[in-house]
Amino acid sequence: MAQKELWKGNEAVARAAILAGCRYFFGYPITPQNEIPEYMAAHLPEVGGCFLQSESEVAAINMVYGAAGAGARVMTSSSSPGISLKQEGITYLVGSELPAVIVNVMRGGPGLGTIQPAQGDYFQATRGGGNGDYRTVVLAPSTVQEAADLTQEAFDIADQYRNPVLLLMDGMIGQMMEGMVWHEIPRRELPPKRWATTATEGKRGKNIINSWRSDGTGLEVHNLHLAEKWRAMEENEVRWEERGTEEAELIFVAYGTTARLAAAAMKELEKQGIRCGLLRPISLWPYPSTRLCALAERTSVRAVFTVELSLGQMVEDVRLAVEGVKPVGFFGRAGGVIPTPHEIAEQARAFLEQWR
Amino acid sequence: MKLGEKRLTIVTGHYGSGKTEFSVNLACALGRSGRPCALCDLDIVNPYFRAREREGELGKHGVRLISSSLLGPENDVPALPAELFAVFQDKTRYGVIDLGGDEVGARALARFRAEIDRSETKVLFVLNANRPETGTTEQAAACLEQICSVLGLDVTGIVNNTHLCGETAPEDVLQGAVLAEEIAARTGIPVACHVVHRKLVKEMSGRLSGEVFPIQIYMRKPWEEEDNDGKSEL
Repeated sequence: MAQKELWKGNEAVARAAILAGCRYFFGYPITPQNEIPEYMAAHLPEVGGCFLQSESEVAAINMVYGAAGAGARVMTSSSSPGISLKQEGITYLVGSELPAVIVNVMRGGPGLGTIQPAQGDYFQATRGGGNGDYRTVVLAPSTVQEAADLTQEAFDIADQYRNPVLLLMDGMIGQMMEGMVWHEIPRRELPPKRWATTATEGKRGKNIINSWRSDGTGLEVHNLHLAEKWRAMEENEVRWEERGTEEAELIFVAYGTTARLAAAAMKELEKQGIRCGLLRPISLWPYPSTRLCALAERTSVRAVFTVELSLGQMVEDVRLAVEGVKPVGFFGRAGGVIPTPHEIAEQARAFLEQWR
Repeated sequence: MKLGEKRLTIVTGHYGSGKTEFSVNLACALGRSGRPCALCDLDIVNPYFRAREREGELGKHGVRLISSSLLGPENDVPALPAELFAVFQDKTRYGVIDLGGDEVGARALARFRAEIDRSETKVLFVLNANRPETGTTEQAAACLEQICSVLGLDVTGIVNNTHLCGETAPEDVLQGAVLAEEIAARTGIPVACHVVHRKLVKEMSGRLSGEVFPIQIYMRKPWEEEDNDGKSEL
């Protein structure tokens, strides 16, 4: 087994992208994700790749469009306000069926907000922050190891569906250091990119990459084709992690940093004799709704409790999944404030008491 | 590494090498030994995991924090306070100066070069052999050289701070000791100490040549428990 090394979340994402074959990175600096472009600037040239600091986030995402259209593996990263600027580019990538990986290391908002960690971009990431009927796979790591592994897989997922994939982290996951191992990530069988705007060499017709459809029902046909892809993603790309859900009376639901906090809160509650479990969604879209509902239906479960670094966004997906089978509670801190595990434990216990 | 041997200690190194954890522990050790001490947090590169987040714990050990004249430990304005001059001018006080990572972080101190009396100053290079960018002698020596050139000061000691956060094993420290000695041989800069978590000190006894600096973890992640077992004395 390879030796463990100490990596920062952001650095690990950057190296993972290069290992996955990413050769182009376009971006603009913003805290707390700056180590990603810094690492890319230092290391992409070593593998013959190109790092370019664009004049703005908008320019960066459109450079991503260009490189993806040429069939390259390409990535951009930013933090919340910068990701807002990229939304037009993201919906164009989806409309034009272009694969790319977009990393959001979330900070507090709205607006310029704060540089401290937050999870307030859940709606934007999972509902589509741009215009039109679209979806992107959203992956949310909660360890540095997972950030590295999911980044590599994200490139395969993007290529498989010809659709951008979002890696949604928060400032804490991006900035913290943890031991991790670089290991082989299983690669998917992917079709050649016959659609890319590479040279025809006189052997084929032109490839055109475009999201504009003006031919009567053409756009609806295209939308239905895209919807087939969403259905396939919902079937194949749902992932989650479970801890201690057997015989649990309280099920925590949390992702990223809050899943780490909830796990610490669970220890405190267990000392008080409360049996707790954790369902940690890894894919925020598609959401592990079916599994969550199955857990909620268990007779041992009294309540479901969601924790977020926001004032309540993912909790809507939790309520949709649980469908009133069991009461759903929520606790969140926002604006860059991180709750303590004790605070979470107290809030969860108080909620559970109402339904015991 | 004799505690309080020099009045000022400048702590530098690759980013993520553990400069802040070492600095906070050093300042607290000085404070506990009864020496009036200030910790200067000069990290204006990265606003996460900075010494200023631990003002309360520093205060408990009698350490004064000098970080920013702007309110709040989270602010990302790269401004340094005039209060910083206190550590150079007040010769009755010990000072630990915690810089940001790499040569970029070291640049913040270059502006105070004229204030620094080299005869009363130690400059330490913190090394973690488990960090990817300083895992070889060549990489670490290059990083050290870049920092020295920006700082305009010579590094006077290497601190082996090789760890894997909560997963650190004695082998990590030993592996770091080998790298630190290699850099020492190459640069002529001595190894100042080996940083060992207090829980590993007994186990490591006799396995390291050179001084051991025992630490506890102050720069915890928000879900990690306090690392003091109710005891603040190391």
